[in-house]
Amino acid sequence: MTRFDRHGPHRLWLLALLVLCWVPEARAVLTIKITKGVEGALPIAVVPFGGDTSPALPVDMARVIATDLESSGRFKPMARADMPGRPVEPAAVGFADWRRLGMENLVIGRIGPGTEAEYEIQFWLLDVYKGSQTVAYRVPADTDQLRLVAHQIADLIFQELTGTRGAFATRIAYVAVSRAVAGKKVYKLEVADADGENPRTLLSSPQPLMSPAWSPDGRRLAYVSFEGFGSAIYLQEMHSGGREALAAEPGINSAPAFSPDGTRLALTLSKDGNPEVYVMDLGTRALRRLTHDPGIDTEPAWSPDGNRIAFTSDRGGGPQVYEISASGGAPRRLTHEGDYNARPCYSADGRLLALVHGDGRGYHIATLDVAAERLNVLTKTRLDESPSFAPNGGMIIYATVGAGGTELAAISVDGRIRQQLAAGGGEVREPAWGPFRD
Amino acid sequence: MDNIRSFALPILIGILMIGVLILAGCETVEGTGKEEGAAPVEDQGISPAEMEAMDAQARAAGDRPGQFRSTAPQGPDAQTGEPGQRRVIYFEYDSDEVKAEYRPVIEAQAAYLASHPQTIITLEGHADERGTREYNLALGERRALAVRRQLTLLGGSEGQARTVSFGEERPATDGHDEQTYDQNRRVEIVY
Repeated sequence: MTRFDRHGPHRLWLLALLVLCWVPEARAVLTIKITKGVEGALPIAVVPFGGDTSPALPVDMARVIATDLESSGRFKPMARADMPGRPVEPAAVGFADWRRLGMENLVIGRIGPGTEAEYEIQFWLLDVYKGSQTVAYRVPADTDQLRLVAHQIADLIFQELTGTRGAFATRIAYVAVSRAVAGKKVYKLEVADADGENPRTLLSSPQPLMSPAWSPDGRRLAYVSFEGFGSAIYLQEMHSGGREALAAEPGINSAPAFSPDGTRLALTLSKDGNPEVYVMDLGTRALRRLTHDPGIDTEPAWSPDGNRIAFTSDRGGGPQVYEISASGGAPRRLTHEGDYNARPCYSADGRLLALVHGDGRGYHIATLDVAAERLNVLTKTRLDESPSFAPNGGMIIYATVGAGGTELAAISVDGRIRQQLAAGGGEVREPAWGPFRD
Repeated sequence: MDNIRSFALPILIGILMIGVLILAGCETVEGTGKEEGAAPVEDQGISPAEMEAMDAQARAAGDRPGQFRSTAPQGPDAQTGEPGQRRVIYFEYDSDEVKAEYRPVIEAQAAYLASHPQTIITLEGHADERGTREYNLALGERRALAVRRQLTLLGGSEGQARTVSFGEERPATDGHDEQTYDQNRRVEIVY
């Protein structure tokens, strides 16, 4: 009846090691609020997981799963008070009771002491109308992994029921700005789970930090720090916290972007007189200049196949998005609508670019269909910036200005679902959605 | 982009003409904290009108930094040159053109540098928060370089003015209205 995790238990163990290496530190947690949902979201009941765990689990796994599914806007989880029962295994499910309530999908689970880890979690996704199992898994987990495993379970359910891989078990990096004594600002580079939980500070500085960029393996972040004289690009191992300066040339050193294979870094340097896009070989640190124009060339973004680089240039007068072969050549202008289009970010399938679109009244998040060169403006707020695609391409996270200052929000690619991630105290900005964790 | 040719005014006349708004003590403008502790919004964010209202409210409450003031010409000019002063040149949106009103300021700085060849100043370029952060970093550098070009043409050696851009990362004042933006699009001359 029960299948083992079809991705293999080893992956989870690797994740366990990663999780254990984080230094837990109390931080202001980002809280998600769905501000715009979809009509006809799929009803699902995530029954509290049962079993003989003593003391009680520190994480309500069913709650995490239900919150993830609800945050996508695609699901409408049933309130616990309305549930006709609390089964913890398929044999105990009275399908007729759930059918009567119009509940199509049911998630149940059981947690017990484990042999490979502290706990063993079994869960089932059940089709209420067919009275059958859709999926069933058994997962070992230590206490520190329970939240991650819950997100992975939500990913599996999401994939099973929507056909798209879930991105709940991913992380986001962002810059947080708070005020310390005497009104001085403190800048922090932080990484949190995609739901804003487990925020961890990777770096804290009295000088500005900007432009966090994930390595494709999710183990390193490149970013810009002003701790020296002006901007410099740093590379930091998340595991050890070890960091090194990658680029500290005269002029600006900014806009780092890892190539999809992780061997190169696109970046902006003005050492030759004005901002140009370069590609650095991360093995040899050799630089190759990609653009040649007296205007501003910056904000490079790699296409998923690594063959092309989109970037912002004002060579035509105002900032517009161009694309150039990663081996160089003549750039091609991609945006034509509006007098401000900048900071492109490719979707995982390479079909779309998310960008900042200025229409004279404000700066909004838009997508550009690269083949059709068709622009679709997604947000209405006035000061939106820093769009970053979820690795499954479903949502775009970005920074916007709310009542409490700069905060994060996410919008679905079709514009129908919007989430707000508000930090308790202080500003958060420049979100970068991390890769899948496998 | 800069109108350099018409800039070659006699330095002494320039010194006499200094009468523009000059900023002092820019560090003191940090720390308004006016937006902290506000209730979260649940709608599509806040409209420009609401944002203006919030800023107006903050100003009325007196927590807008009030340190900006017009000061008499001072600091490093040919007569009284004192290190440690800050002077600020403001720019139009998305522009690095040094406006004519600032030419006397730059001429005075150039004269001071010419007579103090050992002095090195820093030109800090800044942008307002509108638009993308990396583009604004480039814009801030462009502004700092524009000021340096004019300083150099008027007698300062290029080695006497180093440039650095902070983009929109170090606003002189926080806020989301035009008045704030006007104060943040700037080059600070730091001795």
